[in-house]
Amino acid sequence: MIQTKNLVKELVDKHGCSRNNLLPILQGVVADENYLTEKAMVEVAKALDLSSAEVYGTASFYSYLFTKPVGKNVIRVCKTISCKMSGKQKIVQAIEKLLKIKMGETTRDKQFTLIESNCLGWCHKGPVMLVNDDVYSEITPEKAIDIIRDLDPKHLTDF
Amino acid sequence: MGYKGLKKVDIIFDCANCEPLEVLKKALAMTPDQIIEQIISSGLRGRGGAGFPTGLKWKLAKAEKSDVKYVICNADEGEPGTFKDREILDVVPSKVLVGMAICAYAIGAKEGFVYLRNEYNFLLKDLNPLIEKFNKNIQNLGLDFTIKMFSGSGAYICGEESALFESMEGKRGEPRNKPPYPTKIGYNGKPTVINNVETLVYCTMIIRIGVEPFKKLGTSDSRGSKVFSISGDTTKAGIYELELGIGVDEFVKEFGNGDTKAVQIGGASGFCVPRKDFKNKIIGFEGVPTGGSMMIFNSSRSMYNVLKDYLEFFAEESCGQCTPCRVGTQQLLKGIEAIKRGEKPSSYLNQLLKLTETMKVASKCGLGQSVQNSFSSIVNNFREEMIY
Repeated sequence: MIQTKNLVKELVDKHGCSRNNLLPILQGVVADENYLTEKAMVEVAKALDLSSAEVYGTASFYSYLFTKPVGKNVIRVCKTISCKMSGKQKIVQAIEKLLKIKMGETTRDKQFTLIESNCLGWCHKGPVMLVNDDVYSEITPEKAIDIIRDLDPKHLTDF
Repeated sequence: MGYKGLKKVDIIFDCANCEPLEVLKKALAMTPDQIIEQIISSGLRGRGGAGFPTGLKWKLAKAEKSDVKYVICNADEGEPGTFKDREILDVVPSKVLVGMAICAYAIGAKEGFVYLRNEYNFLLKDLNPLIEKFNKNIQNLGLDFTIKMFSGSGAYICGEESALFESMEGKRGEPRNKPPYPTKIGYNGKPTVINNVETLVYCTMIIRIGVEPFKKLGTSDSRGSKVFSISGDTTKAGIYELELGIGVDEFVKEFGNGDTKAVQIGGASGFCVPRKDFKNKIIGFEGVPTGGSMMIFNSSRSMYNVLKDYLEFFAEESCGQCTPCRVGTQQLLKGIEAIKRGEKPSSYLNQLLKLTETMKVASKCGLGQSVQNSFSSIVNNFREEMIY
């Protein structure tokens, strides 16, 4: 847990300790630890002189600030109508089958979390998915599988 | 209403003879009042969807007496079916930054932010170094103004300007009561101009090409051109800059694939125009307004599924702060599902329509207020699809 403490200190030093910097600091924790642990939120609250309830309340408002454990790689498949029309469901099925998880779940080895997302802003090139910050547009079920295998080739050869 | 044929335009992405920094130099040779006067007389209205006159916004901010003022570029593009701001930031980002600098000079701001939605973080790789370089360049031109990036954290509502300020202040993205408007009390309680990405580029281009070439496009209520994000049942999906005021029938003739049943204009918070109305509706502030989202649906598509998709979206993205919106969006969704399953009579649709009326009057911000747009325009035009 000393790591979390140091990470928060580093982020607060970098961004500053006013409340205006809360989001960048929380984003920094998520970038490093995948999600916000209770410990991390308490540390941030202390550093910014806020109540930990305020920090949790703010974090839980935003869909990119996870307050529950997620995998190292977060796969977001766009579920807006234009992506549905271009075959989003087949992509989801292929990924679910490959990773042996259902929508919203995380693989047991904590490598991947699969979630749906509202419009990702690629409606002319659907279906589209975001893996962490990287966008993959006009994907097919085969392409989706390749993309995910590339991220974790060692592990996924078992499938 | 001035009806127009379809005309493609090339202002936003035009890079010929347009060194953005030269445009800034040109602006700095003018007085702030001259700049604001030009933007006002161009008739430019905000391109994010709401359509507030841009020049007036700048004028109001300039009139505020405050040592600290801000310019914010709203790049929290989240309306379903909209992707033009991403393209603009990817292809002509310097024009956006120059637009911000021109605004800063005009209103007297020293600090600016680009609020970028988290989904577009992949743009940061190019944007961060560009902004660093740009900040140095404008200092060299003698303008005391610095731009910083701010990444959102995934919330559609943060595209609403006051929710965006809350988010930048490290809070939940819950919209504030208005008035006061941002030009008086914005980010950190200071006078703030917040403009959409596309609006800022038009400001840059109006300074470069002059008011007249811009003004001669469009109609008296909707001057100029606009960037459209076109998707759905079309072979020409993509980004197009078109003159405002074009007829929906002209649009469908160009982009439809022969079997267009309806066009959703303005995304989930916009309006559905059915085939029978193509002829008498125009795209613009006096007709059907849009922030750019144009989704085309063919005969084979179920409009029930379209509406359900939008209602799921609203129910998820409602910030939950005010009851009409939080409860209303959920009840609308449950309501249409119950009718579809036959658990409620078709007349229940009338009650749901009344509920959207209440939401329009009682909701705090544009999200709850605009649910009625798509709900009533889909339900009234495709009633039988909702029931059977």
